Amino acid sequence: MTALRFGIGIAVVFAASLALAQVVGDKGGADKRRSGARDMGEALQKMQDDDTANPGMLFVQLGGQLWAKAAGTAGKSCADCHDGAAASMKGVAARYPAMPRDGDRPLDLEDRINLCRAVHQQAGNLPPESRELLALTAYVAHQSRGLPIAPPADARLAPFRAQGAEIFRRRQGQLDLSCAICHDDNAGKKLAGVTIPEAHPTGYPIYRLEWQTLGSLKRRLRNCLVGMRAEPYPYEASEYVVLELFLMERARGMTLESPGVRP
Amino acid sequence: MANVLVNAPKIAKRGTIVEIKALILHPMETGFRPGPNGRIIPRNIIERFTATWNGATIFDMEMSPAIAANPFVSFFAVASESGTVGLRWTGDEGFVVEERVAIAVE
Repeated sequence: MTALRFGIGIAVVFAASLALAQVVGDKGGADKRRSGARDMGEALQKMQDDDTANPGMLFVQLGGQLWAKAAGTAGKSCADCHDGAAASMKGVAARYPAMPRDGDRPLDLEDRINLCRAVHQQAGNLPPESRELLALTAYVAHQSRGLPIAPPADARLAPFRAQGAEIFRRRQGQLDLSCAICHDDNAGKKLAGVTIPEAHPTGYPIYRLEWQTLGSLKRRLRNCLVGMRAEPYPYEASEYVVLELFLMERARGMTLESPGVRP
Repeated sequence: MANVLVNAPKIAKRGTIVEIKALILHPMETGFRPGPNGRIIPRNIIERFTATWNGATIFDMEMSPAIAANPFVSFFAVASESGTVGLRWTGDEGFVVEERVAIAVE
């Protein structure tokens, strides 16, 4: 009995150190992580880098207009509290998802915008993937472009991050795949002629040419789930936020490039 | 709120060829797709894009439902005199957007 318990203990420690080794391994020596942008063709990379050719910038422009526009019964705009986003929102997207001061669950950028609307503007929630929410998210995320991803050192986030790591490695769907099988074990190889990216959330919200519009990380994750023939979680599910927490930790130190362009 | 991004040189040498690039936020709904309720979503596209240099037309383009959302148009013109380039998009549902950029020719 003791031997069995000891064995389980060893297994747990081993699994934990494996997970740790991966995170540390990412940082030790030369950083071999690749943003999905580098797997794109030259034309698309140019499109992303040119602010007058990147269609995501149209949403950033729209977000800037919405930032200054009053909303809700309080009649306040984002700018009334936060002033210029260039200063006040710099670095925000690099550290989200985060735990609100007196909250009990982590919020992503979209949740945070909707919380701000509810509390300070007394306005209704913007629905997921609505043009307004995407535009505001893109505008806020754009202020952190070029900054390294820096998840906060908040102990309350640890259990949620672990949950995200668990989902990332959990097999699901009819194809019995996990996120890790493609994006950790087989990244860089081909899937139907397309390079499998390492799945670092460096450019969200992204303008995906296939979507012909801007889309959130949630939408991208739903896409992957459908591809695995798994049931996508509903939009308000906590799974997306914990996955994003894990992915941001996995991409710690990588440069944000929002709004990204993807094929 | 019109959302347009224009990329044109501010200064050009007389007689040189300049490239003007314009990107506009528009759904370009084809009119062939059914919506969530099964009914066809009515067509909503940009029908025409024209560019003028000091009032004279330099570029004129007819757009079709096969063009993707947020169309990006790039065209060339010979810089002959300083002035204003006017860009105009017109389309379904009374869509009209106008944008102006100044180019100095020296």
